[in-house]
Amino acid sequence: MAHDHDEHSDDGHDHGSELSEMQLRVRALETLLAEKGYIDPAAIDSIIEAYETKVGPHIGARVVARAWSDPAFKRALIEDASKAVLALGLLNRVGDHLIAVENTPKLHNIIVCTLCSCYPWEVLGLPPVWYKAAPYRSRAINDPRGVLGDFGVKLPAGTDIRVWDSTAETRFIVLPMRPAGTEGWSEVKLATLVTRDCMIGTGLPRQASEVA
Amino acid sequence: MDGIHDMGGMHGFGKVEPEANEPVFHAEWEGRSLALNRAMSYAGAFTIDVSRAAIEELPPDVYLSSSYYKKWAVRLENLVVKLGLADADEIKAGHALHPGKSLKRKLDAAEVPNTLTRGSYARPAKAPARYKLGDRVRTKNIHPTTHTRLPRYARGRTGVIEALRGCHVFPDAAAIGKGEDPQWLYTVLFEGRELWGDNAELTLKVSIEAFEPYLEPA
Repeated sequence: MAHDHDEHSDDGHDHGSELSEMQLRVRALETLLAEKGYIDPAAIDSIIEAYETKVGPHIGARVVARAWSDPAFKRALIEDASKAVLALGLLNRVGDHLIAVENTPKLHNIIVCTLCSCYPWEVLGLPPVWYKAAPYRSRAINDPRGVLGDFGVKLPAGTDIRVWDSTAETRFIVLPMRPAGTEGWSEVKLATLVTRDCMIGTGLPRQASEVA
Repeated sequence: MDGIHDMGGMHGFGKVEPEANEPVFHAEWEGRSLALNRAMSYAGAFTIDVSRAAIEELPPDVYLSSSYYKKWAVRLENLVVKLGLADADEIKAGHALHPGKSLKRKLDAAEVPNTLTRGSYARPAKAPARYKLGDRVRTKNIHPTTHTRLPRYARGRTGVIEALRGCHVFPDAAAIGKGEDPQWLYTVLFEGRELWGDNAELTLKVSIEAFEPYLEPA
């Protein structure tokens, strides 16, 4: 493959000549689709803006913080996460079949999509590159403890691992355990402990000592 | 199809490499690639299953060597030609050379906030669910050459029905123009060793979301 190097250079880490090639290629496609009357470039701008500025893991963090603070909300979240998240009022609409899975001292949950890139966009935003890439998609289901090691996470030996492969239109979010030493914290402060990765299961929440 | 996209359990891809403070998009065209796909999907040009199948049909070397949003861009080029919405000469020219077809609707900027919610794929059931919680089931040993959501690693394996998720659009049918053909969807839980033998740690458990046609009683 003569273009092997170029084909590799747009993987998000090496912005070589491929980048401008892709820029031209996508621009040409947009021009074509607009001239055909199929799309409105202003809507394209608006979608990009939404994913860059509005939708993201800060939404999921508020959901987790509420679950840590309010046992009734936590029960509702586990029962029907779509309904519970909608009731929280952070979003005007929530898609069906959002499912929250709870970590305990005995059980750690990890979410993956081995077939493509299914991810709870509404509460976590767009997935990171690693979530969509071959190393994670291939190994999360047969070597999850090794994958956690790649993230610098070491679970206690007594914590079992459960992996959820998102093979349909159900979407999963991990409800991590509330860190110790956070008694009396406000929801807003608790939310600062909640990382994107801890809601995928590839991380743990920040410890109380890590935030001011 | 037994394609390169079906990666669960494959060896040799190396370590996961998280990027600190990763931006939402690494280049402007990535966002446009995503948004163009979303807008064309909203317009009714294709369903989610048709669009997934189009990614899976990329040649394996292209799939592996292209970044995520490049795959989305190439998929969209391929799909609009395949669906007769544009011709290959127009893709090459980067301009319309022929009149467009009529699509169901067109996304405008004001409507975008209402499209950030995922569509619903739940449908009324045609028949009662065949399985109940706790039932032991075996996944079928199927190898369709078309789109399926039963991963290879979980075929011919025995697990337990852990949850019923309602009746949903069946991707295997929808992806090939056979309609929505709604089917019951279950969470099926497997012991790690049922899937991976002694390579799996003893207590590992893995679940898939499995449509009823993928399953038989065990």
